[in-house]
Amino acid sequence: MLEKINKIRKLSHKIRKTILDISYNSGEPSHIGGALSMAEILAVIYSNFNIKVSKPLDRFILSKGHGFLALLSVLYCKNFVKKKEAFEFQKNGSEFIAHPIMNKSLGVETSNGSLGQGLSFGVGLAISYKKKKNNNSIIVVVGDGECYEGSVWEAAITATENNLNNLFIVVDCNGHQNDGAINKMMTFEEMKKKWLGFGWNVNGCDGHNISALIKAFKKSSKTKPTAIIAKTVKGKGVSFMENNNDWHHGRLTKNIYFESIKSIKKN
Amino acid sequence: MNFNSRDAKQWLRMGPRAMFGQFMMNIAKKNKKLIVLSADLGRSSGLARFKIEFPQQYISIGISEQNLVGVAAGLADEGFKVFVTSFAPFLSMRASEQIRMNLGYMKQNVNLVALGSGLSMGFLGNSHFGLEDIAIMRTIPNLNITCPADCAELGKVLDDYASNDRGPSYIRLTGIPGSKNVYDKNYAYKFGKNITITKGKDILVLSYGSILGQIKQSVKDLKKMNIAVELVNVVSLKPIDEKVISKLKKYSKIITIEEHTSVGGLGSVIAEKILKNKIKTKLFSISLPDKFGPTGTYDYLLRNHGLDSDSITKEIIKLFKKK
Repeated sequence: MLEKINKIRKLSHKIRKTILDISYNSGEPSHIGGALSMAEILAVIYSNFNIKVSKPLDRFILSKGHGFLALLSVLYCKNFVKKKEAFEFQKNGSEFIAHPIMNKSLGVETSNGSLGQGLSFGVGLAISYKKKKNNNSIIVVVGDGECYEGSVWEAAITATENNLNNLFIVVDCNGHQNDGAINKMMTFEEMKKKWLGFGWNVNGCDGHNISALIKAFKKSSKTKPTAIIAKTVKGKGVSFMENNNDWHHGRLTKNIYFESIKSIKKN
Repeated sequence: MNFNSRDAKQWLRMGPRAMFGQFMMNIAKKNKKLIVLSADLGRSSGLARFKIEFPQQYISIGISEQNLVGVAAGLADEGFKVFVTSFAPFLSMRASEQIRMNLGYMKQNVNLVALGSGLSMGFLGNSHFGLEDIAIMRTIPNLNITCPADCAELGKVLDDYASNDRGPSYIRLTGIPGSKNVYDKNYAYKFGKNITITKGKDILVLSYGSILGQIKQSVKDLKKMNIAVELVNVVSLKPIDEKVISKLKKYSKIITIEEHTSVGGLGSVIAEKILKNKIKTKLFSISLPDKFGPTGTYDYLLRNHGLDSDSITKEIIKLFKKK
């Protein structure tokens, strides 16, 4: 177990470094803060579940589309996407941009970017798996700010109505949205209450703690979909980016890039 | 799907919504991959029996049209043949962006069945009318728009979508039980192709949906007055049958008639074609005004907007005589 955890932790470090490398290489501003908050979440999902390109067994839907920089990084770290392709991120004409563009052969399941849409799609997949008697899982990641979208809660109801115990949602509670810190009604504690209220099996955890995340996925339910409310830090790993919303969408200059790399090496 | 005149008569009494449910049952019997979803409008979609007979092929989604489209897209991604129903404005407007992302951008093969479009919701009023749906749906890439003229054509359209890979679609239902038939006997329907209903040299009339039943009556009346109308059913608003261009070139007067606002519907489609192809002709539009009108029975509303056969006849005579 310890070995497994160490392996996943290493993957999360590699994801974090890749986020910075790819972002710096693009020369353009990108969603660094919200990508860094997801590094451990994605490392656990891509290690714990059986996600394969083209014919995936378990399916991963990134609903918080602006987290694509993190998704691209994990796809690169898992060799789904080659280095040359990954480093085309935010180059003119590239399909790898700020938000996912569906490309099944490279492991990008859906096009996204308009928030609040991924969970409904995931519900559709989860119902399909039930109908086909496929025992694999569907995992959707949403942001805490994204949960202001009403359609998230429409889908939350349909998921419980259909007893979708094969469906997981991870709420990346990094405490910030585009305009700043999230309101007190949408904090980690409030988020748990909301998903509980909607009838989900709810597991709160530290979203940067690998073993806590693994446990949260394990404590699934026989009858309900599971919501993992992950308390995270926006900009996690780069000291001067942590909880600094200037890095919601920012550009890495040469100096800042090298400082960022230094900072993640310390952590 | 074939039919005879007895079927056509019977279906006319049932109306498009009840017949939608019937046709879906026929398809479900043959196609186990068929899934029908509705945002709490199963009964209004004529699906009450479908739900009981094919419980594994029906999913009831609560009153959440945005969610409805997303869930449908997930099912389509997994290879199911998906049809969803709701009222026209709730699909085309409430779920507009979900349609844009899932059906347009991702090309998920979902068939949207827009119930009670045009004025057919009668006393339920403007909140439920499909006045602007074509204008909105037409701007989304990769989305077919199909508007059957009567129940028989609806059956053919549904069969065609169920048994072929046409890509995502918006199927627009207008008319009520008793709305005049356009097709009394079997005919050949081809996806994306116009159908000429009557031949005539004097004036070209282009239309779609159940209003064609009214126009067909007008054409008969006009014939008695020696005005020969070429009446074309533009059943596919998108893709548009490009053969229409050669027809536009042949007539000095063209009228589009539609149960949709004057903004962005067939009138706009044809105006674009005329401009782009530098065709010298006069184009007129009989349509709904760009405003919210009164409510009442369907017949009252058609009369009020000059879309009943008598008003259409009078308007065509006027335009025919106009210099």
